[in-house]
Amino acid sequence: MHNQPTTNAMIEMRGITKHFGQVVANENVDLTVYRGEILSVLGENGSGKTSLMNMLAGIYFPDAGHIYVEGREVVIRSPRDAFDLGIGMIHQHFKLVDVLTAAENIILGLPGRQVLDMKGVKADIRSLLDKYGFELDLDAKIYEMSVSQKQTVEIVKMLYRGAHILILDEPTAVLTPQETDRLFQVLRNMRAQGHSIIIITHKLNEVLSLSDRVAVLRKGHYVGTVNTCDATEMSLTEMMVGEKVTLDIERPDPVNPVMKLHMQDVTVVNKEGREVLSHASFKAYTGEILGIAGIAGSGQKELLESIAGLQKIVSGQIEYINRKGHIKELTKMSAEKIREIGIRLAFVPEDRLGMGLVASMGMTDNMMLRSYRQGRGLFSHRKAPHDLAERIKSELGVVTPSIEWPVGRMSGGNVQKVLVGREIASSPQVLMVAYPVRGLDINSSYQIYHLLNEQKKNGSCVICVGEDLDVLLALCDRILVLADGRVTGVVDARTVTKEQVGLLMTSHESKEVQA
Amino acid sequence: MNAAVKEPLFHVVKRDRSGWARGVLVRVAAIVLALIVSAVVIVLLTGMNPLHVYAALYDGAVGTSRRMWITLRDASILLCIGFAVMPAFRMRFWNVGAEGQVLVGAMATAAVMIYGRELPAWAMYTLCPLAGIAAGALWGVIPAFFKAHWNTNETLFTLMLNYIATQLVAFGIIFWENPPGSNSVGLINAKGKMGWLPSIGKNSYLLPILIVLALALLLFVYMRYTKQGYEISVVGESENTAYYAAINVKRVIIRTMAICGGIAGIAGYLLAAGVGHTISTGLAGGRGFTAIVVAWLGKLNPFSMMLVAFGLVFMEKGALEIASQFNLNENASEILTGILLFFILGCEFFINYRLEFRKREREGVKA
Repeated sequence: MHNQPTTNAMIEMRGITKHFGQVVANENVDLTVYRGEILSVLGENGSGKTSLMNMLAGIYFPDAGHIYVEGREVVIRSPRDAFDLGIGMIHQHFKLVDVLTAAENIILGLPGRQVLDMKGVKADIRSLLDKYGFELDLDAKIYEMSVSQKQTVEIVKMLYRGAHILILDEPTAVLTPQETDRLFQVLRNMRAQGHSIIIITHKLNEVLSLSDRVAVLRKGHYVGTVNTCDATEMSLTEMMVGEKVTLDIERPDPVNPVMKLHMQDVTVVNKEGREVLSHASFKAYTGEILGIAGIAGSGQKELLESIAGLQKIVSGQIEYINRKGHIKELTKMSAEKIREIGIRLAFVPEDRLGMGLVASMGMTDNMMLRSYRQGRGLFSHRKAPHDLAERIKSELGVVTPSIEWPVGRMSGGNVQKVLVGREIASSPQVLMVAYPVRGLDINSSYQIYHLLNEQKKNGSCVICVGEDLDVLLALCDRILVLADGRVTGVVDARTVTKEQVGLLMTSHESKEVQA
Repeated sequence: MNAAVKEPLFHVVKRDRSGWARGVLVRVAAIVLALIVSAVVIVLLTGMNPLHVYAALYDGAVGTSRRMWITLRDASILLCIGFAVMPAFRMRFWNVGAEGQVLVGAMATAAVMIYGRELPAWAMYTLCPLAGIAAGALWGVIPAFFKAHWNTNETLFTLMLNYIATQLVAFGIIFWENPPGSNSVGLINAKGKMGWLPSIGKNSYLLPILIVLALALLLFVYMRYTKQGYEISVVGESENTAYYAAINVKRVIIRTMAICGGIAGIAGYLLAAGVGHTISTGLAGGRGFTAIVVAWLGKLNPFSMMLVAFGLVFMEKGALEIASQFNLNENASEILTGILLFFILGCEFFINYRLEFRKREREGVKA
């Protein structure tokens, strides 16, 4: 028989197993959450964190295993069942109605009387806000809000529904450091009030600073739970990856750098008429990795896309200098045109499945995206992309049932490997990557760093948008910092400190820092 | 806490990329079930022996060699129109304008037959299909051009062009009336058969069938192995990805709709020069819309579409027979077709998912 559930446990999961087709998401996983604690669920990508939590939230139904809430065995068939048990989950992608206000979203779907007493509702919500220290304008519409405000709405929505067990899926992925601090403070307040909080994450520093205990998953299996006070980054990493990994990234010195790209005074305006990139200028050289740092949404996407010919530029110019030193202007060129004049630009966009890959196609067909024109006459070429797909699968360790399996059904990390692998395979003159290791486990991240370095040594001009400053500082030669669409500095990555970069990321005037 | 303590009776589990054999098996089972349910319905509604009704259905569709040929020919023309919407659907371009594209194709063909009577035979055999293809392609390109450049809604656009095509044909009939006052064109070139699709030996049904079969093969290769076919799939999946891959999306949309319209034009040519030898506003007869069913039920695969087109025409021809033989109106057969479609569409669920039932004994066994 099973062990009797421990009494002060809020939630116990025992022997939970979930398969998706041939893919094992969770295999015999145990997890305990106590009253009034913050538990981190830590694991590499594809380790089954989110699917495990989705079973608590009623999104998935386990193939086997038992769930106990406050000592009683329960069956959670739907999100409604989860609500009734006081379990609320805040997903990575928010589920809010854009045109409604915060307060309207919070009460949406709840039973009530015929006449809606919005005043009373708002007073109730406000008392919740005060209790936990949230800052939120209840009358603001969702579309006017920042990501962090939307997240607050989601959390308050759960609390208003009486949730006392909160699950947050990668809550800090979209937040600035300040917003993260604020969120953590609120979570601590909630813990103090006796709530149980589970956060899914793979950021070790957050785990250490916030949680009481850490449960680690690896490849769908439960590895163990440790008290945070007994854990270090090193020990957690070891639990996560199962073996010790060195944390140094190699950085060869640039060999005879030549200017490859020259962006001058480029401005891009978005649909709403706001300048998302304003008067940006920089130079990029062969044989170096130029890092781009900045808080998410500071113009990184527009910067890369305007070079790739996928953004309309309002003013300014972009020049490409070829091997012979001739200058070609890319400013008004479409991606198609750039290709036609023989410039090999490789680009790993932020939106993998919406731009870089075709979700419903397999690996081979996705390889063809870059090479299908190479076939004879009318016909596309299939042999080479097929071989490339096989090579990427084995070299980068892509986990997929077959190379014809739709990439949209692979896990995020594998999707990433397919895309990065393809782009690098084209031996580009300019390689632009946005968040190349987002969603990748540590081993694969190092593989990607290695690949970027290979390109650098081959004399490519590599531009790398990153979110982890430590990585940028260790990998890049120079770092360009964006803040609110403006270039606030270009710094030497070998000498600059993390604090200096952080300062530039939040600065509002362009400071001249010489690289 | 009213939380569920009962495990649900069953839950739905996605199957692995399933075997080909199971797909066939499930579909056959669905058809058998549909026949059984139809039998029950027949008995309940009419009290007749369902086996007799089925026999008549079969007889009406393929009972004689002539009926067999007509069914095959009509199926191939329906299939041809299906081909005229398939590439557009792959591109996620909702082309509901095949009806109009077929009509203008047929009208252009008829015009060449009427005005080119004096031309040598070889010229007629070339010009008639070419005129049909060109007119159909033009009718396809118009909405595509507007879609590509100004992002107009292609569903409304292609739909409205159908009405314009109908009116154009009505306009043409005024000039081509024969005999005058009949408000119809009658058989064009009844004497001399100029421009008529030739018979192979004595068989006038075979050539359209062969043309459409050749088209099927061409289209299969085009969609699957050519650069253009690949571009169509990418544009259909995500325009952003297409831009990223340096594909000229506008060109792909316009080119693909030219091909679609051209194929519809071929169907129009076959109808005008190969089947009716006339032109009327009802020439396409709703087949431009039935073709959408053919395309999607056949999962946009040319070979599966063949089966669907044949099945639909088989039911339609058989229905006419049971209507006359048993004195039922054709609604009766539509009920049967409806039941059949219900089961065929419904079985897709069981091909992609399976149900996992509650295991009662689990508790005790595991201890």
